[in-house]
This record gives sequence, C-alpha cells and structure tokens, in this order.
Amino acid sequence: MDLNYSADELAFRDEVRAWLAANLPNDLREKVSGYAHLSRDDLLRWHKILAKKAWIAPAWPKEWGGNDWTVVQRYIFEEECGYAGTPPLIPFGIAMCAPVLFKFGTEAQKKRFLPRIYQGEDFWCQGYSEPGSGSDLASLKTRAVREGDHYVISGQKIWTTLAHYADWIFCLVRTDSSMSKRQEGISFILIDMQTPGITVRPLILMDGGHEVNEVFFDNVKVPVENLVFEENKGWTVAKYLLGHERMNTGRIGASKRELVKLKDLARKEIKDGKPLIEDMRFRDKLFRVEIELTALEITNLRFLDQMRRTGQPPGADVSILKIRGTEIQQTLTELMMQAIGPLAQPFEAVGSAGGVDAYTSTLAPRYCSYRKTSIYAGSNEIQRNIIAKMSLGL
Amino acid sequence: MNFDSNETQQLLADAVLRFAAKDYDFEARKRIVQSADGWSESVWNTIAEMGLLGIPFSADYGGFGGGAADLMNVMDAIGSALIVEPFLPTVGLGAQLVARAGSAAQHAAILPSVIEGKIKVAFAHTEKHARYDLSKVSTQATKTGNGWNLHGEKLIVLGAPMADRIVVSARTVAGISLFLVDRTAPGLTIRPYRTLDEVRAGDVVLSNVRVSGDALLGTDGHAPPVIEAVTDFAIALLCAEAVGAMKSANDATLEYLKTRKQFGVTIGTFQTLQHRMVDMMVSYEQAKSMACLACSKVDHATDVNDRARAVAAAKFRIAEACRHISQESIQLHGGMGMTEEMKISHTFRRLTMIAQQFGDADHHLARYGSLAE
Ligand SMILES: Cc1cc2nc3c(=O)[nH]c(=O)nc-3n(C[C@H](O)[C@H](O)[C@H](O)COP(=O)(O)OP(=O)(O)OC[C@H]3O[C@@H](n4cnc5c(N)ncnc54)[C@H](O)[C@@H]3O)c2cc1C
Repeated sequence: MDLNYSADELAFRDEVRAWLAANLPNDLREKVSGYAHLSRDDLLRWHKILAKKAWIAPAWPKEWGGNDWTVVQRYIFEEECGYAGTPPLIPFGIAMCAPVLFKFGTEAQKKRFLPRIYQGEDFWCQGYSEPGSGSDLASLKTRAVREGDHYVISGQKIWTTLAHYADWIFCLVRTDSSMSKRQEGISFILIDMQTPGITVRPLILMDGGHEVNEVFFDNVKVPVENLVFEENKGWTVAKYLLGHERMNTGRIGASKRELVKLKDLARKEIKDGKPLIEDMRFRDKLFRVEIELTALEITNLRFLDQMRRTGQPPGADVSILKIRGTEIQQTLTELMMQAIGPLAQPFEAVGSAGGVDAYTSTLAPRYCSYRKTSIYAGSNEIQRNIIAKMSLGL
Repeated sequence: MNFDSNETQQLLADAVLRFAAKDYDFEARKRIVQSADGWSESVWNTIAEMGLLGIPFSADYGGFGGGAADLMNVMDAIGSALIVEPFLPTVGLGAQLVARAGSAAQHAAILPSVIEGKIKVAFAHTEKHARYDLSKVSTQATKTGNGWNLHGEKLIVLGAPMADRIVVSARTVAGISLFLVDRTAPGLTIRPYRTLDEVRAGDVVLSNVRVSGDALLGTDGHAPPVIEAVTDFAIALLCAEAVGAMKSANDATLEYLKTRKQFGVTIGTFQTLQHRMVDMMVSYEQAKSMACLACSKVDHATDVNDRARAVAAAKFRIAEACRHISQESIQLHGGMGMTEEMKISHTFRRLTMIAQQFGDADHHLARYGSLAE
C-alpha cells in the first residue's frame, strides 16, 4: 500500500498549483475568499481563462479539447482549484450537458453546442426538479407535445440554479403520459432560454441570495432537433449522467481551504484572554472535522484507485462522498459562525472599528446557505437510500 | 409540584396568542421587518395595553409584580410568532437593571413609562473580544465634578436603535458600574443594523458622553452581581422564547411530513423521517423542561450558585436543541425550507441566533462545570 501520489502526480500537482497562483486574478481570489457574490461575468471570466489554458474540460474526449488526464490527475486538478479558491466551475455545461452529448448526441448537436460550451459562450442550467417532483424526479409533469417539427412545452421547473444567467437549459420533460412505468415517457431536451413563453422568476433563499429560480414554460416551441437521444428515453440519459462523474462531490479541496480559514479565525478570536484555538472545547471540534476530512480524502483516493484499476466508478458507494462531504462543509460553516461568537448577529456589515466587518457578517448567512448542500443534488436521505439499496442490498 | 399556568398567567397567554394570530401572522411580520425602522410602534402599544410590559415589575409602578415564570407563556408566543419588537431587551434587560439596581427616584422616573409603553430601555454591555464573558468591560467612566464622562464602544446592543434610554456598563476606579444614559446625549451615536434574525440592534459609540451624578445606577463598582442576575433572568426568558420557536418549527415540519408527497406517498410515511421527527419532539420536550427549570430558579433560587448552574444547564440544553431542531426542520422541508418565503427559514434564523445569544452551548457547558455542585 502506498498512500502517496507518484512523482509524476506530484509534479502535476505542483504545475497546477503554480499556474493557479499565477493566473487566478486577484479580484476573483478575494471575492471567493471573502464570500462575496460572484456575477455571471466573474464566473465566465474564470471559465475563459481556463479555456485559454485548455484546462476547462479535462474529462472531455481529446478531439474536443479534453486533456487525457488520468482520474487521479483530474481529481488533483479539481482539488487544487478548490484549495486555491477559484470561482466554482459551473457544472451544467462542461460536466453535465457535454457528457450527455458525447454519449447520446448527434454529430450536429455536438458541433453546435460543444465548442460554445468549451469557450464559455453559452451559459447552461439544469431543469430537472419541479414543485411536485424533487426526490421523486420520475413523477415530473412538464409536458412536451410533438407538433410537426416542434415540441410545444408547458409546465414549471423549480430550483433552477443560475437560470437567470443562462442562455440554455437542458430539461427532462414528459413526452408520453400513457406509459405504465413513469420513467418511460420522459425525454431529455435542450431549450434556448430566449424562446418566447419562458419566464424566469427568482426564488430568494434564506441568506438573502438569488441563486435559484422558478422557470415557467407556456407553450414554448422547441425544434425537434433539440431532442437528445430517443423520444421517451430521457430517463436513460439522466441515469447515465447521475452515474457519470461524481468523484469530486466530496469537495475535499474547498473544505481544506475552509479549514485553513477557520484556523486563522480561531487564532484571531480571543476567548478568556487567549486565542480561541487554545480553547479545548473549540479545538476538539476543529480537529474532529479535520480528521473527518482526512478520512474522506483517503476514502476518495481509494475510490479513485479502484476506478483507475478497474475502469469502473465505485457505484453507489460514491454517495459516501456526497453525504460526508456535505456534512463536513456544513460543520465548517457552523464552526466559523460559532468562532465569532456574538459578532455573528449582524446581517449586514457594520464597518465599525471595533465591530463587524464585511467578511465577519457573511459567516452566519453562509452557515444558513450551506444547509442546502445536504438537500440538493440528491438529498442525503436519498443518498443513504441509494447505498442501502444498491450497495447493501437492503 | 405544579407545572400548570395559574389563572392570570393563562389569561395573559391567551391574550398574546390571540394578538399573535390576529395581528402578527407571517405576512404582518414580513411587513414590519421590511419597514424602514424594522419594528412597529402600534404593536408596541398593543403589547403595553395588554399589560405585558408590566409583568415583572412592582405594582408600585403599575406593574404586576411577577417574575420569569409569569413571562414564560408570553415569551413562548413571542418565539412562536417571531415577534421582533424589543420586548426582551426592554423588559428582560434594560428596565430590569433599573428595577434591580436603581434608586427609588430612578424607579419612579423610568418604570412607569416603560410599563405604559412610552419609553424603551436597552442594555449596552458587550464589547470587542469580550465574547460571552460578562466581566470584560473596558468602557471607561471617569468622575468629572459631580458627573461622569463615559468613553468606549458597545457592540450588538439589542433594541438600541429604538431605545430611549440605554443602560451602559463602564469601568470606574471602583470597578464595573452601570449608568443610565439618554439616547440623545451628546457624544452618543448608534450604528443600527439588522441581525440575522431580522431584529434591529446597533453598536453604541460613547465618545466622551457626559452624564450627571444621578445617572449612576446602583453602587459605584458593584454592578457585576446585578449584571449577572439580570443576564440570567434574560437567558431564562430567552429559553422560554426558544421553546416557542422550536414548537413552531416542529409543528410546521410535522405538518409538512403529513402533506408533502413524493413517490406517491406522504414523506411522513418514511420511517427514517418518522424517527427524525420523533427526535425533534424529544429535543423540544427536554428543552421545555429546562426552560421551566431556568425560569423557576431565576425567580426563586436563594443561592446565586444554584441559580447560575440551572441557567447554564438550561442555556446549554436549549442551544443544542435550537441547533438540532432548526437544522432538521430545514432538511425535512427539502428545498422549500431554504426559501425566504417560508416561515420555517425565519424560525431557523431565529433559533440559530438564540443558540448563540448570551453564550453558546460551549460557554454554558463550561460555566456549568465551573460552578460548585
Ligand atoms: C440551492 C438548491 C439548488 C438546486 N439546484 C437545482 C438545479 O439547478 N436544477 C434542478 O433540477 N434542481 C435543483 N435543486 C433541486 C434539488 O435537487 C431538490 O431540492 C432535491 O432533489 C430535493 O427535492 P425537494 O426539495 O422537492 O424535497 P423533497 O423531495 O420533497 O424532500 C423533502 C424531504 O423528504 C426527504 N425524502 C424524500 N424522499 C425520501 C425517501 N424516499 N426516503 C427518505 N427521505 C425522503 C428528503 O430527503 C427531504 O429531507 C436545487 C435545490 C436547492 C436547494
């Protein structure tokens, strides 16, 4: 057994680290580390910097701009980005729509969409969830009726992350409601957000932020050529995507960065005349999460190693990364909030000499916001159901 | 032993519940917190008319002569409806300090107006780096002729923006003392803000504020025991408020489990969620018991240590329950729980803040352990 990266992998890590240090613009770095709001431009600017370096889509086939990296290299790259505090890579185009097109798309669809996704010319969002269909996605009701060479789509999506930034949305819609199995009769379709009949309405979350939306479809005409794979076979597409690449759901790198910030904060905060980090109660909690994170990192590496050897992702066990990864992220935000004690209360920066600055005032809202991580992308209850059923045979 | 409310307590509780149902539903609250001042004068007047402001003050000044136990139901209703008006800062802290430390003249000058709802009193105590340590005061009070000169900065003063008077703790040569300061005093500025739970608070900056000799509340240098007693009283009330907020969170979550359908059934039929809901209910009952203990002890304990230990235990338990119930109620609501438009997300925010106000779980666990058995 050897838990260490190989010399090549270490060299790769150093290369990535050095490049990120030199190429992540300072203003973006500061925004990310200060938990400031990132605009569409911020996200796309970083996307384009990576695209220029040809590092935006490592997992893509080489002829489309992929990097032929090993799974370990891909993991290292993602974790280094997290650790460096780059803006998040918005997955909807690069990591969701594109793999679907590689597997199921026509040549025309690939040529039309992939280069624009790569260059950051189109911003994508994901239209799966509906008001009545969250965990039970297969019950979705948004209808697409074939009329000549168009589908006419009516219904509602909800929780659509960054739909207000998006040029395109990929959707699961019901094309046939007569099927006995609900999973049949669903189709995967690409929709231009500018099409008449689409309304995007913001949903404000409890930290006051606007990241998700409701998207309404009122007789929206979508050309038939935007259908991906066969009509009524959308569930196959969705399932492929779910199992596709979930190796970075643990967000180890980002959590490591947050841990460093938590320690910084705990060194600065004073409790009973001493730095908070010397307080046994706080210290124990901090180290507990650090050890949990170490364990998760090694679990993640074990999965990668398995994948490297077998070529297969480790199936349902990957849900462990989602469950524990989000729990760690949530614990970190909670400890940050507890670290600042009474100063967690102001909801807006006060900017006084002795009081609360902009950074401090983001910590409690951030704790609130991170409750979402155990709900979205398959709630942690659903992840446990998956493990129970698929891995444990219960 | 008797855990029932007496007749008067029940009447008060009914009145508050009626008021909350009629005039303080979630929509009404939303309008209030979004208004420029973030509180409602007419709500305050109603609270005064119901006699709630007089509950813990002597009948000599128009009060009811009660204690924390008499306020439990009121605090419970405040927690449940997420009432943002500065009831606790005034009744539990500011005016409470006047009542316990002040002279007869100070009582007469302040308490009747508080009880009638004419003035509000805040308590400015917390300072930078003090965290939850009540003895960390560096604001200075210097004797000048027959008055005092106050200089320093106080943080997160609950109810400061709407307060008419502010009780300020400051250090004199004799030790920590209390001063009753008019909010319009030259040199006093308030930087107001919203808190996470949509209450209005502020930082109070005292820049050589001159007050007369009779602004001193109680004996020079002898404030710490009063500050501790009043803070414990306020914590007991806060525990009762938390219990109301937890109940509201549990009720909303239970209702959601019974109505939200996924996979063709209500999600409450999933046993894993049933057990989670049961644990939330257990947390609530344990928290409620500790709120009873705290309110009873701040009213009746003859021994300071006995009181402090009970309050520390209660606040520890309640902070943990706040965290448990608030987190689970969001999780079980799924995406809906995350939204601004659902009351549950506001109850979450309030419970999150209560857990950290006047000392978090760690602080009170340590405090409990440090007090003699
Ligand atoms: C911030 C955020 C961003 C999102 N972004 C997107 C996006 O971009 N695109 C998109 O399509 N969707 C998105 N979602 C939606 C997300 O995928 C759903 O919220 C999630 O699937 C849960 O569905 P729900 O909210 O309807 O909760 P429900 O499914 O109603 O669940 C409520 C509760 O019941 C539990 N539960 C449900 N079924 C079971 C079961 N069988 N066993 C045990 N427990 C169960 C859940 O775990 C949860 O605790 C986002 C959500 C959030 C909060």
